[in-house]
Amino acid sequence: MRALSERPVFITALILILLFSFCAVQFPFVISTRVLGNLLTDNAYLGVIAIGMTVVIISGGIDLSVGSVLAFVGVMLGVLITGQGVDPIIAFAVALVVGTAFGAFQGAAIHFLGAPSFIVTLAGMFLARGAAFLLTEDSIPINHRLYGVLADANLPLPGGGQLSFAAIVMLSMLVAAIILLRRTEFGLNVYAIGGDRRAAELMGVRSGRTTVAIYAFSGFAAAVGGILYSLYTGSAYPLAGVGLELDAIAATVIGGTLLTGGAGGVLGTFLGVLILGVIQLYITLDGSMSSWVAKIVTAILLLLSILTQRFVAAKAVRHRS
Amino acid sequence: MRAAVAKLRGAWPQLSALILMLVIDWLIFPSFFQLRLVDGRLTGSLVDVLVRGAPVALLALGMAGVIATRGIDLSVGAIMAIAGAVAATSIAGGSPWYVAVLLALLAGMACGIWNGTLVAIFGVQPIIATLVLMVAGRGIAQLITSGQITTFVDPQFAAIASGSTVGIPVPILIAVATAAILGILTRSTALGLMIRAIGINPGAADLVGIHRQGITFAVYVTSGITAALAGLIVAADIRGADANNAGLWLELDAILVVVLAGASLLGGRLSYGLTLLSAITLQALKTGILLAGLPPQMTLILMAVAVSLLLAIQAPATQQWLARSARRRAAA
Repeated sequence: MRALSERPVFITALILILLFSFCAVQFPFVISTRVLGNLLTDNAYLGVIAIGMTVVIISGGIDLSVGSVLAFVGVMLGVLITGQGVDPIIAFAVALVVGTAFGAFQGAAIHFLGAPSFIVTLAGMFLARGAAFLLTEDSIPINHRLYGVLADANLPLPGGGQLSFAAIVMLSMLVAAIILLRRTEFGLNVYAIGGDRRAAELMGVRSGRTTVAIYAFSGFAAAVGGILYSLYTGSAYPLAGVGLELDAIAATVIGGTLLTGGAGGVLGTFLGVLILGVIQLYITLDGSMSSWVAKIVTAILLLLSILTQRFVAAKAVRHRS
Repeated sequence: MRAAVAKLRGAWPQLSALILMLVIDWLIFPSFFQLRLVDGRLTGSLVDVLVRGAPVALLALGMAGVIATRGIDLSVGAIMAIAGAVAATSIAGGSPWYVAVLLALLAGMACGIWNGTLVAIFGVQPIIATLVLMVAGRGIAQLITSGQITTFVDPQFAAIASGSTVGIPVPILIAVATAAILGILTRSTALGLMIRAIGINPGAADLVGIHRQGITFAVYVTSGITAALAGLIVAADIRGADANNAGLWLELDAILVVVLAGASLLGGRLSYGLTLLSAITLQALKTGILLAGLPPQMTLILMAVAVSLLLAIQAPATQQWLARSARRRAAA
């Protein structure tokens, strides 16, 4: 099963290389560390959120609240830093705690109410978005000195490119999530619950504790995404991240994670995020296409991944029986 | 008669929620129940609630069938945008209103066929299968309107939203007629039973000889058509097609309405009457917030609270506790 779950990553990587080559043939200058660095920076918040989403989807659930949590965290940062004059470091800590607690609460609701994750996180989505609007209806600029420092902070790459603070955070999250999923008991439990919850419980997996932790992780990732987004835009806006959960789900599925749970990984999701980024990059460079082309191409890739998954899953079942 | 009373008793949570909302609206806005005939059309806040609630009610009617088979249709908002785009473009191109309506309904049907094929024939999970169209749908609608907000002037088409027959605004008539047709189709035949059987236990439904593939396919096609109807009302209302915003996030409203109507997301329950009632309740809530001068985003929080309460009530643990206390009361 492990070998089978690894294979989609290669397909995703192949698609990414194909798309990037297609882009590079028309715009040769994209093959540079400068463009690569920007690609990572522009998609950092999506990447972080998609990593959280992947853990949830591997466990057989879904988290629709992430876009709203990103907006709520952003607005909260704006109110705390610009409105109350709180130090950004403290505000970041508060944001991470709030995001994690929100996720944990959703996980607890899913486990103890026995409700589908889809509807619980839908309620969470409404709640966080509404709360963001209650804090402010307008965009709040964030002009703290630290924001300038963090926005400019970077590691230079060979070839004139640079790895921004946001990109570094995303890459660290990626490494942390890989270790979490592949090298810890928690990771093993996530795959076990996603594969077959009853069987996992019979083998002694504490599914309640794990479910809470899974959604807490997703809430944490959404809060990190919210911080990165507020750094990226230098402002807080309650309508930020509308529809982001769909991009995160799309990146996860294109990355080869099975929506039925039990198989997949964050590396594929990272490649999936880059695929979405390259599509966006191509449309920006081309200039004559509107943003809906990105949506249609994303949907086509999504469809292809789903149909491939069906094929692979059917084969796996036949193999087992 | 006894059957009717029993049905009313089954509907008490939805009915009391609706009455509660209407009373709250009335307390906020004392002339809420005043009705007047203006130019042969009923007007008043109550009529306004019904008219504004019609698109979500239509979406919810389609969604109810889908959810009863243990499915979900995330694409209804996008289908609304597509149907609106098709209708507006064909009218702007000089077609008469009935051709535009027909084309829009066909477009909705085609979307439903797409979803139905993915779910019923390829066996893709409903939430993901319909996600494809939810992501792509607005792009397709943009493609149809070539990225512009297409506007048109056609009084006959605009009448779909603003016209009235015997004083009753057309959107209300469309919603009620759709509910009636679906209700009759499912109640007077075994169709309703089969739909619920699929939701309760797909394997058992297969064993008793229910054509699961065909019925699952049909509920998605129905959902596509009702979404197209909702899209037509919205397009006729604004006299144009806004591919980006028509029906945006309404799929979530529709799911909420179906859940409020007592359906379980695990399938097996279907009532078009209760769905219609709950759609009015949701709109009464939204109107009440506007009348009270609260920010419209408060609706989101109240909707979240409503869902949470409902989940807490429907939770197996709560149900067990209720059953136990009922048994204790019976024993005492």
